[in-house]
Amino acid sequence: MKLLRTAILSAAMVTAGAAYGQESIKIGVLNDMAGTYADLAGPGSVLAARMAVEDLGDLVKGLKIEVIGADHQNKPDIGSNTVRQWIDVDKVDVIVDVPTSSVALAVNEIVKEKNKVFLVSGAASSDLTGSRCTPNTVHWTYDTWALANGTGNAIVKTGGDTWFFLTADYAFGHALERDTSAVVIKNGGKVVGQVRHPFPGQDFSSFLLQAQASKAKIIGLANAGADTTNAIKQAAEFGITQKGQNLAGLLVFLTDVHGLGLKTAQGLIFTEAWYWDMNDANRAFAKRFAAANRGVHPSMVHAGVYSSVQHYLKAVVALKSAADGKAVVAKMKEMPTKDVLFGEGSIRADGRKIHPMYLFEVKKPEESKAPWDYYKLRATIPADQAFRPMSEGKCPLVNG
Amino acid sequence: MAQATEQTSAPAAATSHRSEVIAFAIMVLVLAVLPAFVYPPFLMKALCFALFACAFNLLIGYVGLLSFGHALYFGWASYFAAHLAKVGKISIPYWAGSWQWVTVTNSPMVPELAIFLAVMGATVLGFIAGSIAIRRQGIYFAMITLALAQMMYFFALQAPFTGGEDGIQPVPRDHLFGLFDLGDDRVLYVFVLVVFLLGFLLIYRVIHSPFGEVLKSIRENEQRAISLGYKTERYKLMAFTLSAAIAGLAGAIKPFVVQNASLTDVHWSMSGEVVLMTLLGGLGTIFGPVVGAFTIIAMQNYLSSFGQWVTIIQGGIFVVCVLLFRRGIIGEIANLFRIRL
Repeated sequence: MKLLRTAILSAAMVTAGAAYGQESIKIGVLNDMAGTYADLAGPGSVLAARMAVEDLGDLVKGLKIEVIGADHQNKPDIGSNTVRQWIDVDKVDVIVDVPTSSVALAVNEIVKEKNKVFLVSGAASSDLTGSRCTPNTVHWTYDTWALANGTGNAIVKTGGDTWFFLTADYAFGHALERDTSAVVIKNGGKVVGQVRHPFPGQDFSSFLLQAQASKAKIIGLANAGADTTNAIKQAAEFGITQKGQNLAGLLVFLTDVHGLGLKTAQGLIFTEAWYWDMNDANRAFAKRFAAANRGVHPSMVHAGVYSSVQHYLKAVVALKSAADGKAVVAKMKEMPTKDVLFGEGSIRADGRKIHPMYLFEVKKPEESKAPWDYYKLRATIPADQAFRPMSEGKCPLVNG
Repeated sequence: MAQATEQTSAPAAATSHRSEVIAFAIMVLVLAVLPAFVYPPFLMKALCFALFACAFNLLIGYVGLLSFGHALYFGWASYFAAHLAKVGKISIPYWAGSWQWVTVTNSPMVPELAIFLAVMGATVLGFIAGSIAIRRQGIYFAMITLALAQMMYFFALQAPFTGGEDGIQPVPRDHLFGLFDLGDDRVLYVFVLVVFLLGFLLIYRVIHSPFGEVLKSIRENEQRAISLGYKTERYKLMAFTLSAAIAGLAGAIKPFVVQNASLTDVHWSMSGEVVLMTLLGGLGTIFGPVVGAFTIIAMQNYLSSFGQWVTIIQGGIFVVCVLLFRRGIIGEIANLFRIRL
C-alpha cells in the first residue's frame, strides 16, 4: 500500500542535507479529488502544497519534505480514518486543506488528539475557530462568517439595500441566511423576503420567480455547490440579472464561475479571499500553477494551501522540530505571516488567519479580455473587519 | 428479484455444516491476528460494515426481500448511539393543553447503555417500516423501504440534534461497563470483534433454526408457504425487524469507532453500498457479506490515495464481478468446492 502510494503520488522531495540530520516532514493534503469540490481544491491543492515547498528554496534545504494527497470523498468517516492512518502509520505531520465542513470538524478532533497540525483552507465552517477551536488548528483562507459579512456588508454599502434570500432548506443554508441577513440589517439594508428550496434542488424556477416578483435589488443565494450553480443558470434563463436585479452568491469559487461561463454568471457578486489577477505576484503564481494543472487557474483555496504550508514550514524551521504540533502552531501564531500571495498578515489566538477579503463582481462577456479574466473588484474589506471578532466566536482557547 | 432468488439456491450442494464451522474458525483466527498486520481502526470500521451487510443479507439472501432502505436503521442507530453517548438528552412530548416537552435524562450515557438504546431505536424503526413495507413485494417493497429511508434522511438533515451536515462529533470513547477503556484502540478492537461475532452467530443461528427454514421457504415460494398454513406476513415482519435490529447494532458501534455520526450513514447511497457489499461477497452465503464488506471498505480506504481514480476503479471491479463471478466471491468458491459457506 505504501508502495502504491509512493508510486501514484509523485512525492516532492527536497534533498536531505546535514543541518537537521534525519528530520523529515510529511504534508498530507486531504480533500475531494473527484466530486463537487475537486476543481476548487482537489489535485490542485496537492500541486499548490508542492509549489509552496519548492518556492521556499534554501530555507528548507536541510529538511526532507514529502507531500502526499488522498481523497476523502466528502465522507467524514473516510476522512477521519485516512487521517488516523496517516498520523499513526505514515507519520504525517500536518494535514492541509480539507474542504467539506463535516470532514474538517472530524479531522480537527483527531489532529488535536494526536498533537499534529491542521491547516484549513477548503472548509468553510466558522466553528473551526469558534466553539470547536483547538490549539492545533489554523483556519487560513475564509469562513462562513467572513463570506456572509463581506457580501452582506459591502453590497449594502455599494447600494444593494433590499434583499431576497433563496435558501437551501437545511442547517447550513439557514445559518448562511441568518448570518447574512443580520449583516444586511445592521448596515441599514432591508430583507424583503425569503424562500426555502429543498436540498439538493433541481428546479428553481418557481423560487426564482418569487425572488423576481419581490423587486429586491439583490437575490442572496444561501446555498452551495451544485445548488448555487443550478440557481444561477436558471436565473440567467429568466434574464434576472439583465432586468436589474443582482445575484449575490454566499459560497462561490473561481472554478464555479469558470464552469458557468461569463454569459451565465455575469453580474454575480460574492466575497473571496484571493484572486489570481490582482497583482504581479499572483499572476506569476497563477501562470505556473495553470501550466501544471491543465490550464485551470488557482482558486482561493489553492492559494490558501500554498500560503499556509509556507508559513507552517517557516515555523518548523524556526523551532527546528515538527514533533510537537501545539508548539508549531503557537510559533505560527507568534510569527507575523508574510508570503507572496497573501502579503502580510497574522494569526489570532483562536487560530483565525487575518487578511483582507474582497467583494468581486463577475464581468460581462465583453469586458473579459483573456481566458480566466472573470472578476472585477467592487470593494475591499479591510483585514480588521473581515473576520468575526474573537469575542463573538466562543472559542475556549481565548476565554481561558 | 426473481433472478436473485434463483441464484441463491445454487450453492446448497453440501448438506453438512462442517465447511461452515471450519470457515468460521478460519475467520475468527484471521480477525484475531489481522490487527498485527493491518491498521486496527480500518479493521474496526470494516467489521461494522460487515455486520451491517450480514444483517442485510439475512433479509435478501434468506427471505428474498430486497430492502433498499437499510441505511435508515444503520444510520439512525449511529445517530442515537452518538447522541446518547455525547449529550444524552432525551425529551418526550406530552399533551397538557398544548404540547410540552419533558426531559427524561440530560447527561451523557455509558457506551453499553447508549448502544442498547440505539439498537432498541433501530428495532422500533424496523418494526414500523417493516409493517408498512411487507404488504408489497418485489420492486414495490424496495421502493417503499427506500421512500421511508429517504423520509428519515431528510428528517436527519433538518433535526437539530443530528447536527445537519456536520453530524454529531466528536463522540467520546468512554469506559465500557466501567472497566474497559474504549479509548485504547486494542480494547476497542476486541469489543467490536466480540459484537461482530455475536451478531454473526445470531444470524447463523436464525438461519439454521426452524424459523429460518420457514424464511427460506418463503423465499422459494411464498404462495406454497401460505398454503402450508404459515402466516408468512408475520415471519417476514419478524425477519425484517430482526435485520433492522442487527443493522442497528452495527450502526450503534460505528460512532465509537470513527467518533462521529454523519449523514453519510443515512444517505440512500449507503443503502446501495450494502447491496453491493452483499452482491460482491455472495448473496445468500453466510460469509459472503463479510468478504464483500471488507473488499468495499478496503477499496474506499486504500484506493483513496488514487484520488480521482477511486470511483473508476470501483466501477471496473464491479463490472468484472458481474461479468465473471455472478454468485459473488464466496458464492463462487462454495460452488467450486460444492460446499456450503
